[in-house]
Amino acid sequence: MNTREKDIENLKDYKYGFSTDIENIRAPKGLNEDVIKFISNIKKEPKWMLDFRLKSFKRLQNLKEPDWQKPKYPKIDYQDLYYYSAPKSMSDKPKSLDELDPKLLETYKKLGIPLQEQARLNGIAIDAVFDSVSVATTFKDELTKQGIIFCSMSEAIQKHPDLVKKYLGTVIPTTDHFFATLNSAVFTDGSFVYIPEGVRCPMELSTYFRINASQTGQFERTLIIADKGSYVSYLEGCTAPMRDENQLHAANVELIALDDAEIKYSTVQNWYPGDENGKGGIYNFVTKRGLCKGRNSKISWTQVETGSAITWKYPSCILKGDNSIGEFYSIAITNNHQKADTGTKMIHLGKNTKSKIISKGISAGFSDMTYRGLVDINPKAKNSSNYTQCDSLLMGNKCGAHTVPYIKNKNFNSNIAHEATTSKISEEQLHYCQQRGLNSEEAVGLIVNGFCKEVLQQLPMEFAVEAQKLVGISLEGSVG
Amino acid sequence: MLKINNLNANIEDKSILKDFSLNINPGEVHAIMGPNGSGKSTLSNILSGKKGYEISGEVLFENKNLFELETEERAHKGIFLAFQYPLEIPGVNTNIFLKTSLNAIRKARGEKELDAIEFLKLVKEKAKELKFDEEKLNRQLNVGFSGGEKKKNEILQMSMLSPKLSILDETDSGLDIDALKVVSDGVNTLRNKDNSFLIITHYQRLLDYIKPDFVHVLMNGKIIKSGGPELALELEKKGYENFN
Repeated sequence: MNTREKDIENLKDYKYGFSTDIENIRAPKGLNEDVIKFISNIKKEPKWMLDFRLKSFKRLQNLKEPDWQKPKYPKIDYQDLYYYSAPKSMSDKPKSLDELDPKLLETYKKLGIPLQEQARLNGIAIDAVFDSVSVATTFKDELTKQGIIFCSMSEAIQKHPDLVKKYLGTVIPTTDHFFATLNSAVFTDGSFVYIPEGVRCPMELSTYFRINASQTGQFERTLIIADKGSYVSYLEGCTAPMRDENQLHAANVELIALDDAEIKYSTVQNWYPGDENGKGGIYNFVTKRGLCKGRNSKISWTQVETGSAITWKYPSCILKGDNSIGEFYSIAITNNHQKADTGTKMIHLGKNTKSKIISKGISAGFSDMTYRGLVDINPKAKNSSNYTQCDSLLMGNKCGAHTVPYIKNKNFNSNIAHEATTSKISEEQLHYCQQRGLNSEEAVGLIVNGFCKEVLQQLPMEFAVEAQKLVGISLEGSVG
Repeated sequence: MLKINNLNANIEDKSILKDFSLNINPGEVHAIMGPNGSGKSTLSNILSGKKGYEISGEVLFENKNLFELETEERAHKGIFLAFQYPLEIPGVNTNIFLKTSLNAIRKARGEKELDAIEFLKLVKEKAKELKFDEEKLNRQLNVGFSGGEKKKNEILQMSMLSPKLSILDETDSGLDIDALKVVSDGVNTLRNKDNSFLIITHYQRLLDYIKPDFVHVLMNGKIIKSGGPELALELEKKGYENFN
């Protein structure tokens, strides 16, 4: 094996696939009221929070798991899962990073997410979520000075109950679909962000999600509120150990932008995708929804989805405020036996609302990719517009790409434009690049990054380079 | 520099090259002329490393077995192919492609990679020499380029990468006289005692601008006659059909 082959071999391994041997506290297996009470109790939640959970759980009994999506999966036994798992060392919540279990610090270090003071990433505040709990949040003091709240959801429930009560469930109500409602019942932790009026958040806020324990679902809940005239850019990253079993990740993310506020939400999703034969991997069934509540508000979703066995999500914008803007930029990559059914929903309610959808899907190996998107311009949303561009790139001839747009224009003053292309990386293109000195992996990286450029440009600079590499790595071994 | 001994190439049981032999020494310019389907493009494909052919025989490049080298390794060692149909790569900026290519090759040769400033200086210089529209350098690679511009872009890449052996696969087809002159100037500038060229063409006219040392006539996968530049003129007069 020459060095190049070795490099490729190394890259092929999912480098985040290790697991941390750490003592856990778990809720008893299964889904029932007692487990929900256990979760609420261990988090010392107020009664209103427990009621919110129980109400959701009650409603869940009458809901059926949806099955209209393209990627099918074996039936999930919800009674055979753990709904809460936390490192034991977190039960007496450490007051500072110095008290944090060294094993946890080590885990994040290995993931390239330094939490310690001296090694922190410049200009990025991080909330680290390990299985069911937030283990650390960096740069808290600096943010507090500006009145910015950035903490774990559990902490927000304790310390900022009024804000949580006012906004939680207003974008994704307890009366929503199956997975969202499941999350409302059993969510464990996640991030909470509040940007006060007129404040421009001076750094990127970031949450790093890590699934560690086996047979455990991760159900985090994130709530971001941008008050009038404020701005925040938020990024989430995710990884998980390599396991033979499929693990469920059903998060809810709610964004609320008031008058003249802007939220930019970026995701780099790299959950364990399963092995080459499609064994194992994360089921990433996530509900993400943003409400442009105020006038002139803006919400922009950017996602780079490279991991998970199945990705099933539609980060959406409800454009309620007049002149509000919703954007969705997406790169979804499936390789080997991965499957994705992803896209967005743009619901235009206010006047002069604009939305833009740029979706780039890349499928390789035996994988299957569906773009599904709804543009719904309501009767009162006069003078609104949408532009959708949806491009698919195929590698090889055993993968699939599908585009399913749903377009509803209910007034005469609005317009919708939809463009879609499907192309293939040809042997000739690869040969051309190789003749110019690039090896096949570099050639694919170059072509694919060119294909995704419009979306990569949307990512915060610190992450654009990472994402670019990730795009290349995700497609390792898909040629030749 | 390049030694081809009894090269046979088949594609799906169809024999294309038959006991093809050719020897190119450093500094020599060889022209291969032949009608459609004579095996000209197959030859350039095989030398560049394109897959899909059944091959027997021997090809040595600087005394190394070419068939043991990957396509990109051949490029690193100094083989350049100006494609008959240069490929379009949407989304990839021409400058970025050129820089990535140049640095991949420099790296493989153990040379220092060029930074953005050094690269831009070099590419602008070369573009000027070749009368290549600088604005095109910021466009997607070959997307929306005319046939002539694509061919000029190949020559630009050739002059950037300074190869030892350049293979021009019908680079002249579809070019007007002005573009033909630019392409020829590009080749003549690079021509010296160390660099060799293999020019594949249908027509004699390119050879008015690039004087070959040797001309070979390829018919049915075999060189049927070799000679000096006068052979091209004779061929032009008689046509391929009556040449035998």
